[in-house]
Amino acid sequence: MTMKKMSKTTKSNMITYLMVIVIFLVVEILVFTGNVSSLLQGLLVPLCAYIILAVSLNLTVGILGELSLGHAGFMCVGAFTSAFFSKCTVDTITASGLRYFLALLIGAAAAGICGILIGIPVLRLKGDYLAIVTLAFGEIIKNIVNILFIGRDSNGFHFSTKDSLSLGLEDGGKVIVNGPQGITGTPKDSTFFIGVVLILVTLFIVLNLIHSRSGRAIMAIRDNRIAAESVGINITKYKLMAFSISASLAGVAGVIYAHNLATLTAQPKNFGYNMSIMILVFVVLGGIGNMRGSIIAAIILTLLPELLRSLSDYRMLIYAVVLIVMMLFNWSPKAIEWRGKYSSKFRRKNKKSTKEAA
Amino acid sequence: MSFISYLVNGISLGSVYAIIALGYTMVYGIAKMLNFAHGDVIMAGAYVVMVAISGAGLPPLAAVLVAVVFCTILGVVIESVAYRPLLNAASSLAVLITAIGVSYLLQNIALLIFGANTKSFSSVVPVPALVLAGGRLTIAGETIVTIFSCIVIMIGLSLFIKKSKAGQAMLAVSEDKGAAQLMGINVNGTIALTFAIGSALAAIAGVLLCSAYPSLNPYTGAMPGIKAFVAAVFGGIGSIPGALIGGILLGIIEIFGKAYISSQMADAIVFGVLIIVLIVKPTGILGKNIQEKV
Repeated sequence: MTMKKMSKTTKSNMITYLMVIVIFLVVEILVFTGNVSSLLQGLLVPLCAYIILAVSLNLTVGILGELSLGHAGFMCVGAFTSAFFSKCTVDTITASGLRYFLALLIGAAAAGICGILIGIPVLRLKGDYLAIVTLAFGEIIKNIVNILFIGRDSNGFHFSTKDSLSLGLEDGGKVIVNGPQGITGTPKDSTFFIGVVLILVTLFIVLNLIHSRSGRAIMAIRDNRIAAESVGINITKYKLMAFSISASLAGVAGVIYAHNLATLTAQPKNFGYNMSIMILVFVVLGGIGNMRGSIIAAIILTLLPELLRSLSDYRMLIYAVVLIVMMLFNWSPKAIEWRGKYSSKFRRKNKKSTKEAA
Repeated sequence: MSFISYLVNGISLGSVYAIIALGYTMVYGIAKMLNFAHGDVIMAGAYVVMVAISGAGLPPLAAVLVAVVFCTILGVVIESVAYRPLLNAASSLAVLITAIGVSYLLQNIALLIFGANTKSFSSVVPVPALVLAGGRLTIAGETIVTIFSCIVIMIGLSLFIKKSKAGQAMLAVSEDKGAAQLMGINVNGTIALTFAIGSALAAIAGVLLCSAYPSLNPYTGAMPGIKAFVAAVFGGIGSIPGALIGGILLGIIEIFGKAYISSQMADAIVFGVLIIVLIVKPTGILGKNIQEKV
């Protein structure tokens, strides 16, 4: 009964939340009955991070309408600040739940601030220029993290950009961030359950933003910047709002990712532009602006290479072919036309058969 | 003297970036798409040269020619199979993702054929090193050939676009596809030609790059590809002289950054300069600023 009273958007949002919960329950049952290999189990927490990344990038690409190729950079900021915090406080804050919660806030805040700082100059640019500058920022963040050395002894923190020896630590001092070797010994606090809860929180934030007054303003800017400006929408404010929220959610994903690894290092593979591109692939394949699609695409494309593991060397080849074919099938005008024809034929047939049955 | 030698190295690396950036900028100008697979065509070209020399025993010049032909065909095939169906797609992101897919595909084909190990690439340049200033300054043969080829390619391409009918057709298509078609220009053919030229240039760039930095693996092309893309944006994407200026500036900045500031930070410096340039002049150094109207 209550379903009828709900508006169409609320219903659609509920379906999205329900989908996540159902997937979570199915996976838990599968794990409980021992049907999930340990390799796949190890992928569950990163998968949560990827889903949050995909949903948050979809906010930038789908709702704000700007192409960002630096999303992994924000994830990197969130991952390193939160891992730094957790490692520093692992002895002082013993309650892991509280520590993780604080780490989440710190990671999200750091990435959000980075989003604002980068967004102010970047959002003046348009289209592909914006894409390449966000890519550049992502690479710079990764590069800086790789030359950063931070140690702590009784005198407090020591910073260096050269090597761990030049920190000049006392005997009892510990190196916390060790340049290219990254942060070792972050407490492994992330669990699949926390990941799913954070996915739901992310969805709640993003979906509510989209259907709020601010969200409509952001979409108005996407559809026609000049028209939006002329009806009095503050372009910079709303662009920055969407961009920084997207960045801080990427930071949350970084926190999940960092607290699942024994050693956190910034490599091209996990925080470089390749990662940003991979997230963009989730977004575009799932449907630009469609949050549910992003989740499904992230799940399928993360699991696909693992499911194809038996094909060993050929798996990434198949992944590439699948990606190209799916894009052609989804977006080529000819394929869309063909699909339209086929589905209308199918529907007509269905109607006929139901009539005959009646 | 070390300053001059860094400068020469920078110009040489910049020339390679410029040649790659030309391919990017031409394709962007005409198809309005970022061809992410361009860097991997470079890698393919370098592998073909390696196989032609060590496997088939061809002389270096013939091997380069084989690579150019191979990459030209590769470029045209990629364009017609993967990009052309999406040319009029609703979202310009679709073709970008397909290009990423093609990039993965090329890398993984190379991975399957040649393995992940880095192979050493023997230089194909027969020119001896030039020793100047009584032995204090040595300019490698590869450097001379690279800079020389960049100049020749630039002049040749400019003449081709200004003087030939096909070049004029390319300009017309990049300005207005619909109007060009009405004037009887074969738009699809012109786009294919652009991809062919871009890919041929990528093959040459691949050979020059691997002669100067003699190592080759399936991911060799990715980073130079991105850097060349940065160079194209730097100079103003869509502009051919812009690609030259952007490429050479980028090469000089990278080598100087490595030499005088920090070798680990070289990439960050390159990207940092790009950001500053774009914030000051949002369409690149030689980019045209098109005013948006309602």
